[in-house]
Amino acid sequence: MLSLVVRRLGLLVPVLVGLSVLLFAWVRALPGDPARALLGERATPAGIAEVNRLYGFDQPWWQQYLTYVSRIARGDFGNSTRTGQPVLDTFLERFPATVELAVAALLVAVVVGIPLGYLAARRAGSWWDQLVVGGSLLGVVVPVFFLAFLLKWLFALELGWLPTAGRQDARIDATHVTNLYVLDGLLTREWDASWDAVVHLVLPALALGAIPLAIVVRITRASVLEVLTEDHVRTAEAKGLLRRTVSRRHVLRNAMLPVSTTLGLQAGALLAGAVLTETVFAFNGIGEYLFQAVNQLDYPVLQGFILVIAVVYALVNLVVDVSYGLLDPRVRTA
Amino acid sequence: MSATSAVVAEAAGSAPTSAARGRAVWERLRRDPGAWAGAVIVTAFVVVALAAPLIAPYEPARSQWIGQITPAHVPGPSADHLLGLDSFGSDLFTQLVHGARQSLVIGVVSTLLGLLAGSALGLLAGGIGGRVDTAVMRVVDVLLSVPALLLAVSVAAVVGRSALSVMVAIAAAQVPIFARLLRASLLAQRGRDYVVALRSLGLRQRRIVVGHMLPNALGPLLVQATLVLATAVIEVAALSYLGLGQADPAVAEWGRMLVKAQERLEAEPDLALWPGACIAVTALGFTLLGEALRQALDPRARR
Repeated sequence: MLSLVVRRLGLLVPVLVGLSVLLFAWVRALPGDPARALLGERATPAGIAEVNRLYGFDQPWWQQYLTYVSRIARGDFGNSTRTGQPVLDTFLERFPATVELAVAALLVAVVVGIPLGYLAARRAGSWWDQLVVGGSLLGVVVPVFFLAFLLKWLFALELGWLPTAGRQDARIDATHVTNLYVLDGLLTREWDASWDAVVHLVLPALALGAIPLAIVVRITRASVLEVLTEDHVRTAEAKGLLRRTVSRRHVLRNAMLPVSTTLGLQAGALLAGAVLTETVFAFNGIGEYLFQAVNQLDYPVLQGFILVIAVVYALVNLVVDVSYGLLDPRVRTA
Repeated sequence: MSATSAVVAEAAGSAPTSAARGRAVWERLRRDPGAWAGAVIVTAFVVVALAAPLIAPYEPARSQWIGQITPAHVPGPSADHLLGLDSFGSDLFTQLVHGARQSLVIGVVSTLLGLLAGSALGLLAGGIGGRVDTAVMRVVDVLLSVPALLLAVSVAAVVGRSALSVMVAIAAAQVPIFARLLRASLLAQRGRDYVVALRSLGLRQRRIVVGHMLPNALGPLLVQATLVLATAVIEVAALSYLGLGQADPAVAEWGRMLVKAQERLEAEPDLALWPGACIAVTALGFTLLGEALRQALDPRARR
């Protein structure tokens, strides 16, 4: 198990080196002059030269790259050209929001998707099955931000059941320990704050969770259908085990393997979807910040965020592979 | 069929010819209701896109009714304007019809770009193997390590805001997927009897790969390309929503229509419904077709 983790971490190195070169080159290829963008109407030749010197834009490219890499190694991703804040600080401050949103979306996908997919497989061919399969198809083809609009319009504007934007009511003065607002409320025993954060999470999580939900439903259904035809299930039924016991111990457990892999593969889609969902609901995560950075040509933020996101993405996939080993003993030795 | 492949077919215990296989796939497609539904939607979409100037009642993006617009009032649906006007005084139904054009062109071109670039990489990796394979796949790994939409955002940021940048952006995200698919598909062909037979006949590697393995390995690519068309239609709108799409306001585009509709979401929510539904239905058409194709090409795969 440990060797699996070490080997997978080793594979990450070339990817990171390649990515840092790509990101470095990419930022140089961007149109527009960052110094000019930063200074706006106040741009004078002297001012531009000063900004270029300050941010190191006037040095030869290879020197800029070496400086860049050695800084990254020390955890220094530079400062945002827009706000002057250290990129890593901003990332760490906002990342919990995105994590909270992604976890909530995955929760929607798993809690709703697995039972739906399971029931559809158990009643394969019935109208219920067809409804679930049809619905899951719909979940994949409706654009995330369009779904976000619809949810916002119906539940927030029209019915007024849920808030339209943000992570927490501005009037709540909650203490933030981890910046995971729901958890913060629980830790500090401010139940109202926690509940308010949950209420703010519902719509964004539904919008972001739609695609993973659809995929979980389909994979669960396909995988349960396959396991149901296997000999060990027939044997378990033949020896008179309760249907419930067969389902839980023999069918579901085996059928969960492909589902857990798929969930890991969704990490990237969730991060990308978060950019759209967070923008619609003004949810202060990394997605919304990234969107602003693109529009403002904030090079250090773009470079840093994409690199860190790639690392997170890779680590999530690593965790998924390890959990795969925990679920399926056969993988451990391989 | 060339003389060598005839010999090989015989040597390999004559696998069904490609013509026969094509017929079998066609038969399975014809019996699949999903394929029919997908084909109908896709055909309707293509017809609307091609015949947009004939279907739409007005010229696109002509702000000729700007006189009817006041800050407090934008005319809604009427007999003259089926879906009403936008805040610049142009006909929304016309924009919706012309939006199909933009989606079709960008979708097809970006899918082709992604398919070609990805196949080139996959062909290098799977056809040559060895060190080339390792090197190419490392590059693909790097591309895959960035979530697709972020990759698209990065490309759009470099190339600037135009239809071209949207195409390159969407294609770039598909390159690693096509590369991996073709490589895997080629590797699966490698040990097949006909390849061994061709090699024993003394054919050069390049001819075996390009002339024989490649045509046999194209199935999964065709399926993926159809599914990517669905993704492309959605991503065009997503990029446009993020402000990275087509910069020219005169070109009708579903994503931007959605953005504009958002500004009037409270007053006229149904404005968002039309472009959103168009995107979803078009994506549904390509998805149904792609899934049906997958099953027809590989009937054993269930999903």
